[in-house]
Order: sequence, then C-alpha cells, then structure tokens
Amino acid sequence: MSDLRELYQSVILDHNRNPRNAARPDETNREAHGDNPLCGDKLDVYCVVRDGVVCEVGFEGAGCAISQASASLMTEAVKGLSTGEVQKIFDAFHEMATARVGEPADTATLGKLAVFEGVREYPMRVKCATLAWHTLRSALGSGEAVSTE
Amino acid sequence: MSFDAEKVRRDFPILHQEVHGRPLVYLDSAATSQKPQAVLDAVSRYYERDNANVHRAVYELAARATRDYENARATVASHLRATDPREIVFVRGATEAINLVAQAWGRSNVGEGDEILVTGMEHHSNIVPWQILCEEKGATLRVAPLDDAGDVILEEYEKLLSPRTRLVALVHVSNALGTVNPVEEMGALARDRGIPVLVDGAQALPHMEVDVQNLGVDFYAFSGHKAFAPMGIGALWARSEHLEAMPPWQGGGEMIASVSFEKSTWNDIPWKFEAGTPNVGGAVGLAAALEYLERVGLDAVAAWESELLAYGTEVLGEVPGLEMVGRARRKAGVLSFVLDFAHPHDVGTILDREGIAVRTGHHCAQPVMERYGVPATVRASLALYNSREDLDELARGLAVVREMFG
Repeated sequence: MSDLRELYQSVILDHNRNPRNAARPDETNREAHGDNPLCGDKLDVYCVVRDGVVCEVGFEGAGCAISQASASLMTEAVKGLSTGEVQKIFDAFHEMATARVGEPADTATLGKLAVFEGVREYPMRVKCATLAWHTLRSALGSGEAVSTE
Repeated sequence: MSFDAEKVRRDFPILHQEVHGRPLVYLDSAATSQKPQAVLDAVSRYYERDNANVHRAVYELAARATRDYENARATVASHLRATDPREIVFVRGATEAINLVAQAWGRSNVGEGDEILVTGMEHHSNIVPWQILCEEKGATLRVAPLDDAGDVILEEYEKLLSPRTRLVALVHVSNALGTVNPVEEMGALARDRGIPVLVDGAQALPHMEVDVQNLGVDFYAFSGHKAFAPMGIGALWARSEHLEAMPPWQGGGEMIASVSFEKSTWNDIPWKFEAGTPNVGGAVGLAAALEYLERVGLDAVAAWESELLAYGTEVLGEVPGLEMVGRARRKAGVLSFVLDFAHPHDVGTILDREGIAVRTGHHCAQPVMERYGVPATVRASLALYNSREDLDELARGLAVVREMFG
C-alpha cells in the first residue's frame, strides 16, 4: 500500500476526482485526439494559441486515474506558456517518466508535475501518464491523432 | 470423479511463488493458462531425446520426432472426438486456424453479395479475418446481436441466416463475458439451411469436454496455450470433405507431393495445410496437456469451475459499486466487471501489488465493450488450478482499491 501511495499521490487522486479544465473551450484553434489502445484511454486536447502562446487549454476524455490526472495537471501547467516552453516541459516530463528509478526529476522545470515521478516504477503505466502530453504536442504541431501503441 | 484441488494446484510449479512480496494469485487464464509439470516434462523430454525434423530423414531421431508429432495429432483428434486424425491441422493457434479457413475455404466459397454471420461477442480474431475476406470479395459481415445479460438473441440470429449466408463463425465461450453459446442449437439452425459453421473454441477447451461430432459443426479452432500447452501451437479441426476441397493456403516444404518449375502438386490432408517445419515440440506439449486434462477428468474440471464461478459471483456481488458485465444463462471461467469508484486499469495496478494477476482492458473484444457501454473491464478468469481462496484474495484486493479510491 505504501509504495502504491508513491504512484497514487493525493494530488493525483484529487485531480482524478475533480479534473481541471475538463471541457472543450468555447473557441479553439488547435486540437488533437489521443488513444491508448492497450487500456482504452481516449483523450481530446483543445487549445487556443495566439502569437505562439497557449492562451486556453482544455481536454475531454475517459481513462484511468493516472491519465485523467495527468491531463488535468498538464492543462494547469501549460496555460499561458509559449509553445517553446511547453516543449521544454514535455521533454522534462517524458524524461522523468522513462528515467531509471533513482534518477532525480527536473523539479525546477516540472514543478507540481513531479508527482508523476512514481510511474517510472510501473512500466505498464508510463503511457497513461504521457498520453495527454503526446496529444498536446500533436495539437500544437501536426494535429494528427496520437496512439501510444 | 472427485476433484483434488490441492493436488491439481501442486501440478503447476509457477503458481508457487511470491509477487511483490505476496503469494501469487493467478486469475488471468483466459489470456493464457499456466502449464502443469507433465507438459513441461514432455516438452523437455522431446528436446532432450527425440528432436529432429519430421517426415524427412530416415534416421532414428527423425523417426521418433515424426512418430511423436503424428501421435500428438491422434491425441488431439481423440480429445475432440474427431473420427480421423487427418482432420486435425496443426497451426500456431486459434487465430491462425481462423485465418486458414478464411483464406483457403473463404476464397473459393464466398463471393460478391454473400454474407458471413458472426455474433456480437466475438474476439477480434473471429472478426478481422472475415472483414479482410469480405473486403476482398465484396461480401458483407453480419452480426447477431446480444441481449443485456450477454446471450446471443437467438430469434435475431435465426433471422440473419439468409440465403446469402455462406458461413456462421461463432465463439464457443466468450473471453470477455464468459458466455457459453448454445453451439449445438445455433449450429443446427445454420446446418438445416446448408450453411457451414466455424467455432472459435479457444476459451472452451480448458473448461469442458468438446465433442465435435455432437456439436455438429464444420470447423473448430483452438489454441494450445489457453489449455495448458505451450504457446505457438493449436489446431484446426475440419470435416475431411472441406479439407479435401480446400486449396492450400501457404506454400512451401511438407505441403507438396511434387514440385517442378512448371507445376507443383499438393500433399494429402492435413499436411497440405502445414507448409514448413512444424512446431513439433509444441504439438508434443499440446498432447501432454490434453492427456493431463483427461487424467484430471473433464467432468470434474467443469464441476469444480462451476462451483468457483458461483462462489466468485457471490463474493463479487457483495462488493459495493461493482457491476458484473456478462450475466449469461450459461457461463464458463470468466468474471468480468467494472467498479463505479475506480478505472479498470488502476484496479489492475493495485491488485498487482497485492500479488493478484487479472486482465484489464478491452480483452481484444472492443465491440463487446461498446455494446455494454464500458471502455474496459476488469476480468478475473479461472482455470482448474484456482481456489476459493483466490477469489477471497480478489475481494480483499478490491477492498484495498476502495481504500485508495473510494
């Protein structure tokens, strides 16, 4: 149970129960769809990008606690950032989720998102945490649907 | 015949270990079964003493390997109550068996405007090969719908049997719902209209006696690994008249009678469908697995599992917020459910930390998930080596999930 608390930290459980920005903004100019075929997680990420800045971001989807909390915390983290800054967080998040156990996360860049550090100990769950980020990156780039398989 | 659950459990070495510091509780036999010592021994004995290529050389080992392989075929035939071992084609598993029929039989028997009828509870392996065939031929895939409990609606099924129906392809036991289909009845309705029937028996073989004569069907496909044999071996049973009429599906060694650059001629059945070096070790393991099942006693296995299924249904019924997906009249081996307080994937991770292995996801049956309006389920599936204690552990694990998420 104690090591499970490392994965399911209270922030994650809270964001799963009450996801933030879990709606499609009224006006959007970027969006993408993401799938995690392994477990059936589905996610749509919507953004309003003006002058290279993510002004609005929201998501809709269904999935496990890790995927929902990750999407929710992501929307909070990236709102108001430039697309370049978002890419930096994407890289840091991806590195944290796939790093070897014991390597410290880049908490300076990740801030609150470091609560997902625990997923690296659950190789089958890494994709749950990264789905939202891959989908956001696609929304900001090609807009092509994302599949984590 | 009496069933000694303790003794059966001891026959499976893998079950006696700890995972994350807890005794392993294996409840994922519908994905793959564990193997008894008798199967492990048969496979290693084959590789230690008899291994050689089959049907080729004249030396002693080749003779033994050929004998072992063909004896395995006879064992499979006798297990399925087939009248002739030549009706058994060794394949990699049920998926390959179904693809074989879709290609070799389907290509010459299905044309434009024809229909293939499946049920709404098929595994992807009994959907996609028919879609590929239909696409190629301009035929249509029809689907017999399910009721809320998880049974095929027989009146709807009967209505869908049309003069254009060329084949009925249905699952014997659903991997996602546990439904045991009334294959004899459904098969008879088709055969009365001259429509051949293929049965995907992957989930049936480990749980019950399968008698292809009584079932009255035309093709029966199964995978060894779901029935305590190694992965990579399975069989297709087909009536010999079908096999005789079907063209080969893969070309290569073994499947030919003679080859020249102008023309090749085909070997007899079943070898006509076994191009290339077969999985002889796997076939030996499969025969050992079926012999093991027969030694334990198929009736005893079915009775034990039915007791476990009833107990599991009762135990899970007491979990608040749990909804069973699949409450068919007759079920085998599967407890599929959702919780209103946690997603299946989170349930799977938490149970894993408690030493409990269950499957979470869509179980390669996405249309079934869609039918019951769930993205995924938690599936605990049973085999003869499970116990009441395993189901108690599952309930305890779900209490841990509730503690975290409830």
